Amino acid sequence: MHDKTVAELSSALASGQVSSVELTQHFLDRIRQDDSRYNAFITVTEEAALKDARAADERRQQGDVTPWTGIPFAHKDLFCTNGVRTTCGSKMLENFVPPYDATVTSKLREAGAVCLGKTNMDEFAMGSSTESSYFGATTNPWGERRVPGGSSGGSAAAVAARLVPAATATDTGGSIRQPAALCGITGLKPTYGRISRYGMVAFASSLDQAGTMTRTAQDSAMMLNVMAGHDPKDSTSIDRAVPDYTAELDQPLKGLRIGLPREYFTAQLSAAMEQTVRNAIAEYEKLGATVQEISLPHANLAIAAYYVIAPAECSANLSRFDGARYGYRCDNPKDLLDMYTRTRAEGFGSEVKRRILVGTYALSAGYYDAYYLKAQKVRRLIQQDFIEAFGQVDIIMSPTSPSPAFVQGEKTNDPVTMYLEDIFTISTNLAGLPAMSVPAGMMDGLPVGLQMIGDYFSEARLLNAAHQFQQVTDWHQMTPAR
Amino acid sequence: MAISRNDIEKVALLARIKVDDDQVTALEKDLGNILDLVDQLKSADTSQTEPMAHPLDAVQRLRPDVVTESNQREAFQAIAPATENGLYLVPRVIE
Repeated sequence: MHDKTVAELSSALASGQVSSVELTQHFLDRIRQDDSRYNAFITVTEEAALKDARAADERRQQGDVTPWTGIPFAHKDLFCTNGVRTTCGSKMLENFVPPYDATVTSKLREAGAVCLGKTNMDEFAMGSSTESSYFGATTNPWGERRVPGGSSGGSAAAVAARLVPAATATDTGGSIRQPAALCGITGLKPTYGRISRYGMVAFASSLDQAGTMTRTAQDSAMMLNVMAGHDPKDSTSIDRAVPDYTAELDQPLKGLRIGLPREYFTAQLSAAMEQTVRNAIAEYEKLGATVQEISLPHANLAIAAYYVIAPAECSANLSRFDGARYGYRCDNPKDLLDMYTRTRAEGFGSEVKRRILVGTYALSAGYYDAYYLKAQKVRRLIQQDFIEAFGQVDIIMSPTSPSPAFVQGEKTNDPVTMYLEDIFTISTNLAGLPAMSVPAGMMDGLPVGLQMIGDYFSEARLLNAAHQFQQVTDWHQMTPAR
Repeated sequence: MAISRNDIEKVALLARIKVDDDQVTALEKDLGNILDLVDQLKSADTSQTEPMAHPLDAVQRLRPDVVTESNQREAFQAIAPATENGLYLVPRVIE
């Protein structure tokens, strides 16, 4: 049952082959038996899940059904869940129980989906390995001591290990695509503003975007159908009709124009990674796509621009954690300043503190123009590169990450080395474009992801291309050995 | 670009994060490396470029000035570290 996709489980539920209670119990049993090996979950909500599953089965009997009614899934632990603690992987929010639901939480709940728990992540979504979580690192189901990527490593590992058929995630610089690649699953980061950010614990507000982690593109399309849409509670969400993302999955790819940025296919890319990705692209050619080289001249500046903008926005967003209204407070503060400074020193981990300090520095008097304003200008240059490229091609393809899953501890001592993990994914967030990672091969027994970047609001096209690829390849069906 | 001990102490105070003396050396190195990375931005010619704050250059929408939220003070304060009579308690500010 756990090897079935969301689409298959949805049919099984519809035909009465299985009930939501049975399905929910099955996945809860898997989490209980296997998750000690992965640490993909921070919180498992067994009781609430079974209650929601019973309600879903009742809804079905009354004929009140959506494709998600009764389907188990998990939330990355930064989507607020009313009455269920939401930690963001941080000591700061270890005991934070939100008094409200994120819009994404409400939408999936209203569709009848059954949340089994909250998944592990890098603290406040800052990281590429899920090693900076206060609740311990997550392990990649594909290899002992291998990282699952990050920051949504818990969601990725849970889907890869078949502990849930789908999970929510977020992507600020690659946090959906890179872990999806490293865990051999399908990840989608939609256009900035496509999904409401209301109730998502904020990291860098102009870059953060929620998305999906599933095994297949079809499941991703089904999930985006539920999650997408304008929300008056998020002033940056886009007021634009939501199409049925499953409607175009079966379109043939004949004539699809694929662009390969020459700045991504350089001598620095390992020969094995390049070959794996080029083999995947050759499959697209067989499906009728044409391939051409393109240029993104400012690609080499994306990491630099990101590591000004993201820390600057993070330093502003995380100023809300003051020990006064919710979250952690230090013991016996002697005065207000002592309460703030010790609460934040004790409540945040080292990477979060580094980014807050970098951001505070970049925004401080005398440095604003040189850093933040300059980075925002470079951000526009990066966007213009993409706009120009999409005049020539429909989808840009590249590796998702420079290498497959690396060994735990390998990059934790050098922040800058860890930052380079997102070298292919970050510019998409700066431009606000939609992008996916799909399983596209294996290297030394570890999955490799193909990144596909589309023009604004072209999610249906990306999902169509990914789905067609998955009709002729079986990388997405590979299962890690237990 | 190098960042001095003094800079780090100043920024830590601005950010309201207590930094112990023995952490400053490591932060000098880490922040210095990050700022070196960021210094690549200088190579870009942005003399003709407008800064970009929102990927779709969207602007804030206005809504009618009417009350849409109910008062949930009790729910919000139930998760606070310390409250009394509907107020958030913090260490004494004025002697």
